[in-house]
Parts: sequence; C-alpha cells; structure tokens
Amino acid sequence: MNLFQYVRPAEQKTAIAAVAAEPTARFLGGGTNLLDLMKRHIMQPEKLVDVTRLPLKGITQQGNIIRIGALTRNTEIAEDKTILQNLPLLAMAINAGASAQIRNMATTGGNLLQRTRCPYFYDTAMPCNKREPGTGCGALEGFNRMHAIFGFSDKCIAVNPSDMNVALRALDATVVVNGPKGERKIPIADFHRLPGDTPEKDTNLDKNELITAVTIPISPFSKNAYYLKVRDRNSYAFALVSVAAALNMDGNTIKEARLAMGGVAHKPWRLTDAETFLKSKTATEENFQQAAQIAFQGAKAFKHNQYKLKLGPNTIVQALSVASGLKSV
Amino acid sequence: MNEQEPFCPNESRRSFLKKSTVITAVALTPAAAINAANNHWDEHIAAAIENVSLSVEINGTRHTMDIDPRTSLLDLLRENLHLTGTKKGCDYGQCGACTVHVNGERVLSCLTLAATTDGSKVTTIEGLANGDELHPMQAAFIKHDGFQCGYCTPGQIMSAVACIREGHASSRDQIREYMSGNICRCGAYPNIVDAIEEVQKGGQKV
Ligand SMILES: Cc1cc2nc3c(=O)[nH]c(=O)nc-3n(C[C@H](O)[C@H](O)[C@H](O)COP(=O)(O)OP(=O)(O)OC[C@H]3O[C@@H](n4cnc5c(N)ncnc54)[C@H](O)[C@@H]3O)c2cc1C
Ligand code: FES
Ligand code: FES
Repeated sequence: MNLFQYVRPAEQKTAIAAVAAEPTARFLGGGTNLLDLMKRHIMQPEKLVDVTRLPLKGITQQGNIIRIGALTRNTEIAEDKTILQNLPLLAMAINAGASAQIRNMATTGGNLLQRTRCPYFYDTAMPCNKREPGTGCGALEGFNRMHAIFGFSDKCIAVNPSDMNVALRALDATVVVNGPKGERKIPIADFHRLPGDTPEKDTNLDKNELITAVTIPISPFSKNAYYLKVRDRNSYAFALVSVAAALNMDGNTIKEARLAMGGVAHKPWRLTDAETFLKSKTATEENFQQAAQIAFQGAKAFKHNQYKLKLGPNTIVQALSVASGLKSV
Repeated sequence: MNEQEPFCPNESRRSFLKKSTVITAVALTPAAAINAANNHWDEHIAAAIENVSLSVEINGTRHTMDIDPRTSLLDLLRENLHLTGTKKGCDYGQCGACTVHVNGERVLSCLTLAATTDGSKVTTIEGLANGDELHPMQAAFIKHDGFQCGYCTPGQIMSAVACIREGHASSRDQIREYMSGNICRCGAYPNIVDAIEEVQKGGQKV
C-alpha cells in the first residue's frame, strides 16, 4: 500500500474540504472495496478521509419516502423493519451480496461506489482502459465469461458488481450528495455511467462530492417482489446475472412492472421495454417468456459469455414467476 | 514493502505534508510533522510523527499506541500485539480467516484499517474462552471435528458465535448461508454446521 494520511473529521463540511484539498484524496466508508484496491496498488490515494463516524446513519420514513443515511451499513438495511415491510426487494438484493462480515462493514455510499470492475482491472500486468486509460481492454479478446452483454463499448466490457444497485435501480432511488458546490440529487438512472470512451469514470459523481443519503419512494410493489441471483456457487459470489422484479398486481393482472438486471452491463440495467410490455398483462409463463425475449433484443455476447443470452431470459422468467406468485421459490 | 513501490519520495512527501497545513484543524497530523517536513528533517522522523494514535480495547485490555495508518486490524493483532490466533488467509476479504468482532459485530480484520477502530472494543479468538474453560462453540468444534488443518478455525468460530447471536442459525440452510463468508479448504463444512447447530439447539449463552 502507498503511504497515506488518515483523517477522521467530525463534520460533513470538513470532510468534504479535506477531500477537496488533495487531488488523490478519497472518502473511506467500510473500506471493503477501497482497501482491497489499495493493497493491490490499483488505487493510491495520498489521503483517506474516514467518514464512518459522521452522523449520516439510520433509516427514516418521511411521508412516502424512505431515507437511508449514506453511512448505514448493509446489514442494518437488510434487517430494518421499515425496509422489510416496504422495500423487501432491497433487503433481498443486499442479502444476496458478499458475506455477513462484509455486509456488516459495507456502507450504502460505498456500495453505490464500489468500482465497476473485472479481472483485467485487477491484473496490473494486463491492459485495462478503466485502470489505465489508453492501454486497451484485455477482456475484449480475452477471458470474458463474466462480462457485459448490454451497453458496452470497445473500450470496456466490465459489469457493475453490486446487487444493492440493481434493487435501487428497480425502485427508482435517488442519490443525495453534498459537495463544495452544495447539495444535489441524482436519480439512480443517471448515477452510474456506461463506459463509452471514458471507462475510467464509473459514475457521474464529482470526486469531491460526498454521498449523504439515498431516498426511495414507497411504491405498491412491495408484496410481489423478488431478487434472483445466479452465481457459480450458492453464496458469496458475484452474479453471473441477477434480476430484480417487482410487480404491482391486481389479482392476476399486472398493473405495472419494474425490472432491472445485474451482471449484464456497466451499470444496473433497467428493462423498460419489457416493463411496458407487461403492463396490463396477465401473469402467465407465456407473457413472462415474451417479456424476457423483448428485454434481450439488442443483447450481444462475446466469446465466453454466450451463455448469458440464454441464462438471462430464463432468470427473468423465473424471477417474474416467483414475484407474481405463479411459482414458489 | 515490495520493490515496485518505493517509499514515498521526499519531495512529494514534503509537499503533501505542507499542503495539509490547510486543514490542520481536522487532520490528526500534528503540526510538528509539518514542521519536520518544512525543516527538511529526516523523512523517517516525519513519518513517525505522522503516525495515528489509537486507543482500542482488545479482549478486555486497553491498548494505547501510535501506528502507521496503513496498519490493518489484522496486522495490528498479529504483528504489533502478537495475538496470532486470528489468521491471515487471503488478506483481500475473500476467505474469512481473519474474522473478529468489533463492538460485537463480526468483520474482516484484513479490510479494516486499525485506525478506524479507535475507541472500539475488539474480541478475537483469544478472548472467547473463560480462563481455562472453553467457549461452548470451541468445545462444539472439537466434539464435532469441525476442522482438519485448523487454519480457518478461529475465523469460523468467531463467525459462528456471531451467527447465533444475530439469530441466523435457525436451520442448517440458514447456517450455511450465513457462514458462507468463511472458506474451509479442508472441507469441514458439514461438521462445522453440526457444531453450530448443536450450540444453537443447546441454548447456551454464546
Ligand atoms: C470478497 C468480496 C465479495 C463481494 N461480493 C459482493 C457481492 O456478491 N455483491 C455485491 O454487491 N458486492 C460484493 N462485494 C462488494 C462490497 O459490497 C463492496 O465492497 C461494499 O459495498 C463497498 O462498501 P464500503 O463501505 O466498504 O466502501 P469503501 O471501500 O469504503 O468505498 C468504496 C468507494 O466509495 C467511496 N465512498 C465511500 N463512501 C462514500 C460516500 N459516503 N461518499 C462518497 N464516496 C464514498 C470511497 O472513496 C471508495 O472509492 C464483495 C466484496 C468482497 C471483498
Ligand atoms: S484474510 Fe481476511 S478475508 Fe481472508
Ligand atoms: S480446517 Fe483446514 S481450512 Fe478449514
């Protein structure tokens, strides 16, 4: 690890000023992603600003909005009564990620900002435009089994590995941030980026901006929600693909559907065309099959991730079947 | 320190220390460190002064010391305090061998900066037994052969105790899911689940 200075300001303002004062400075949340990357010399901040003791913790409900403080740990969200009652999809997605120990450490802000990454990003002996812009993408012609099938560019085909982010995308969350220029709110759809020509940028957050909270509207999707994650082993592995499905049902009829996928793109991927198709449809396997086909129009695979073109639609159908009550888990 | 990564060169180090005067109000870096840099004192003195002060209770004993900010909690335990019960498997958060409790919650000590535990209570495998009397989970691991080489065991036991305390040991499936962050290369998994299940069913205080 490179040498760095460690500071732990007591106030938001001083924390933001501390990061703004140093070009390479970073906020430190649970450290589960940042320290990993620092140990591998992939990130080398000269200053870490520990924000974990700032009063940005806890989950509150204000009218129809649930607000989660950015320093709330993943475990706390997954076990919170308000969340379990109103946003079970979020709890399911969080519990599908990492391990109990890591969820005890991971913060909401840190999880949102965990790097979109792939094995070539980690392997400093290989080219990677995300790690070192301009060096090329090792995965394009390499071992690309885990990689994207939507929204990639010839500069980068990595996927965003977060489970939480997929649920936040389906639930239309908003990321609240504070920075030297003041506070702003970023809809989750605009928070993460597609790689384009600048894969080194995962999100539209400014370096000096601190995530302070995530807000999520309470919607009539809580009863019929399911997060399905498919991985190489049953637990403690990143998604090959995952699907967050939430339905607003009237009897057997779908009034409205929300669908998002993980493991398929550089950002959590919303399936809006499939959602439109499902509107006012009956919950049947045929309709779910059709929705999955629509969702996968435009999907393109590489040499080693062809399987995702089949696994993806199947996972959509399965997630919708469970969410709608057509099938049990 | 490996060869690819030279010790922070003098010039950038000084400029970094100087720049930090801007925020001395919030930095833990004492003004003395900036003086040292401004006066071109030996780098090592500056680095030493820049250490972070830490006061942490480990297994009931308070330790107060100055540490290099890079020190992980795992290295603090093993290298600085010679509490070698906590194991280093991967050092990258992938295996769970380094699991300890911080303020009662299981965490990975390899991805925890020691500095962040200032003011906290840490419990390691050495702090689990009551004198010569083994903790029920330790006894159950022995009874059920919950290990072969034993390398993952301290992490498994710390995780298992937390798993029961959290209320995540109500079935074998739930135990497996909530213990998935602890890898055992010897494959003692069925016996580990047996041990946890027995302690859970026995209703002893863990
Ligand atoms: C072995 C392993 C397995 C994993 N498996 C999964 C998995 O299956 N699914 C999954 O979703 N995730 C998984 N993860 C990733 C894990 O969820 C993330 O590492 C974690 O959520 C990051 O949160 P953190 O608080 O530790 O972030 P940190 O490491 O502290 O920070 C990450 C980044 O966010 C920045 N940051 C942190 N907080 C803020 C803030 N409030 N404002 C602005 N910037 C901030 C930091 O500067 C840093 O750049 C795994 C991780 C490991 C090590
Ligand atoms: S040593 Fe910490 S998880 Fe492997
Ligand atoms: S007993 Fe050998 S690794 Fe678990």
